Amino acid sequence: MRILRILLEKEFRQIFRDPAILRIIFMMPMIQLLVLPMAADYEIKNVNVAVVDLDHSTYSIQLVNKVKASGYFNLVDYNESFEKSLEYVEHDQADIVLQIPASFEKDLVREDKATLFMALNAINGVKANLGGAYLRSIINDFNREVRLDWVQLPRVNPQPTFQISSINWFNPLMNYKIFMVPGILVVLVTMVGSFLTALNIVKEKEVGTIEQINVTPIHKYQFILGKLIPFWVLGLTTLSIGLTLEWIFYGIVPVGNLSTIYIFAAVYLLGVLGLGLLISTYAQTQQQAMLISFFLIMIFILLGGLYTSIESMPVWAQVFTKFNPVSYFIEVIRMVVLKGSTLYDIRFHLMAAAAFAVVLNSWAIVNYKKRS
Amino acid sequence: MKENFAISVRELTKRFNDFTAVNAITFDVKQGEIFGFLGANGAGKTTAMRMLCGLSFPTSGQAMVAGYDLYQDAEKIKKSIGYMSQKFSLYEDLTIRENIRFYGGIYGLSDHEIKTKTETLVHQLHLEEQVNKLVKSLPLGWKQKLSFSVAMIHQPKIVFLDEPTGGVDPVTRREFWTLIYEAASKGTTVFVTTHYMDEAEYCDRVSIMVDGRIDALDTPLELKRKFNAPSMEEVFVQLARKAKRAE
Repeated sequence: MRILRILLEKEFRQIFRDPAILRIIFMMPMIQLLVLPMAADYEIKNVNVAVVDLDHSTYSIQLVNKVKASGYFNLVDYNESFEKSLEYVEHDQADIVLQIPASFEKDLVREDKATLFMALNAINGVKANLGGAYLRSIINDFNREVRLDWVQLPRVNPQPTFQISSINWFNPLMNYKIFMVPGILVVLVTMVGSFLTALNIVKEKEVGTIEQINVTPIHKYQFILGKLIPFWVLGLTTLSIGLTLEWIFYGIVPVGNLSTIYIFAAVYLLGVLGLGLLISTYAQTQQQAMLISFFLIMIFILLGGLYTSIESMPVWAQVFTKFNPVSYFIEVIRMVVLKGSTLYDIRFHLMAAAAFAVVLNSWAIVNYKKRS
Repeated sequence: MKENFAISVRELTKRFNDFTAVNAITFDVKQGEIFGFLGANGAGKTTAMRMLCGLSFPTSGQAMVAGYDLYQDAEKIKKSIGYMSQKFSLYEDLTIRENIRFYGGIYGLSDHEIKTKTETLVHQLHLEEQVNKLVKSLPLGWKQKLSFSVAMIHQPKIVFLDEPTGGVDPVTRREFWTLIYEAASKGTTVFVTTHYMDEAEYCDRVSIMVDGRIDALDTPLELKRKFNAPSMEEVFVQLARKAKRAE
C-alpha cells in the first residue's frame, strides 16, 4: 500500500507540473464542446438553387418566391438556359437546378397537370437528398395552395387528404445539440483516458526511467495501478468539466440520474485505461503511440455512432461497432441524458464495458514485462 | 559456486535471433570488490549487465547474484542490488528531494529513513541549495553523482554502474570515483563499465570483453604485465583490435 501511495504521489506531482497535460484536460473540453457542435449540424441549410424559368408566368414566379421564402434555399441565378444553370452545378456553385417548362401555367390550368424538372448535384449525397426532399415538399405545398385557390370552399373535398400530426419524444424541438454534445464528450473522455495513459508510460520508456523502475522490487500490479489510478481520476474530471460546460452553455441537464452516467463512466474508463496500457506495451516511442492512437480514435468515432446512426450501417460494420467501447458509452450517455434511462436499462452496456475492462487490462498485464 | 562471491557467472549466453550478444561468459566477483567490466562499443557489456540485473532473460548459462539464482529469484536479487543505467534515469520534472523520496519509497524506506537519508545525501553531495530544484536544472556531473547516490539509497549489496561517467568532466569524475571508493569501503560490491582507461586502473580487477566473450580478466597490474603494455589503454587496444564484430 505504501509503495502504491509513493507511486501515486509521484504521478500526481508530475501531472500537475506539466502545463501541457493541464491544458489538454481543461482546454480540450472547452474547445471541443463549444466549437464542434456548431459545425456538426445535421440540418441542411443554404442549399443553392439555380432556377430555369422558361414560362415567366404568375404561377412560375409565385413558385420561385415560395422557394426563396422557405429559408432553406439560396437563389443563385434565375435565367432561361438549362445549360447555363448546369454550369453553376459544374462549378459547384449550385446544388439543384429547377427547370420550369415554357407551358407550365398553361398546362396547369388547361390540363390540370404540369411537369417540373429537378437536377441534383449528388457529389454531396446528403445535401442532394435532403435539398431535393425539401424542394419537393415546397412544390407539393404550392400545388395544394393552387388547388385551394381554384376550388373555393368545396362542400365535399374531391381529393381526400391525410392530416398527419406528430410529436417528437425525448427531444421535442429536435435540437441536434442535445444529441451531439454528450457524444462528443464521450470521445473526449476516451481520448484523455487512453492516450494520455499510453503517452505517459511510453515517455518513461523513452527517457529510460522505466528501466530504473524495472530494476526495483516493485510489483507489476503496483506499477500498473500507480499509472491507472491517476488517469482514471483525470478521466472522471474531464467528464465532470464536460457535463458542467454542457449545462452552462447548452442548458443540457440529464433527464436521468447523474450517478448512472458516473457509474458507467467509472467502469468504462477502466477499459479505456487498459487500452492505453496495451498501446504502451507495444509502442516503443511516443510517436508510435500517437500514430496508433490516431488510427484507433478515427475508427472509434466513425464506427461509434457519433455522427452516423449505427442502425443504418451495413451489417458487417454493425458487428464492428460491438467491439468498439466508445459506441456503448455514446449510447448510454444519450439514453440517460435524453430519455432518463436507469442503471437497469443500461445493464447490458455496463456488462460490455466491464468485459472490455477485463479483457484489455489482462492483455496489457500479460504483455507488460519487467524482463525482456 | 561459492557463497562468498557477490556475483558468480557460468557460461552465461544471450542470443538475439542469430546474433550472439554475450557468448558463454564465466567469471566471479568477490564481495566488496570494485570490478571493472570493459569492452569496446557493442562488445556485449550492457547486455551482460542487464541480464545480471534481471532486466533481460539469459538464453542459457547460470548465474548467482547476491546469493540468489538469476532464474528463480530475480525479484529477490532486485532488493539487494542498485543499478545506474547508461541513460539518465531520475525524473527530470521532479525535484532532488522528490526523486530521493520516490526511489527511497519504492525500496521500502520509511518516511523517517527517507528524511535522514535525504539530509545526509544532500550534505554529502553539497546540494543543500538545490534540493528543491527540478533535477533537469542540474549540470550533468551533478546529475550523475545524484543518480549514483539514489542507486545506493537502499544500501544494496551490489551496485551496477553502466558507464556512469560518460561525458563528465575530469574533476567530477574524480569526485565520482571517491563516491565509489566510499561505497566499496563500506562493503558494497561495485560492478562498473567504463571507456576511460584511467578509471580502469582504479578497479581491483578488470575484465575485457571482445565480441561477446571475456578475453582477459585480472588486476590492472597483472594485465599490463601479461600483455607487456605500459598502460591499460595499450592492453585494451591490443585486445579490442582483435574484434571482428562491426559496431
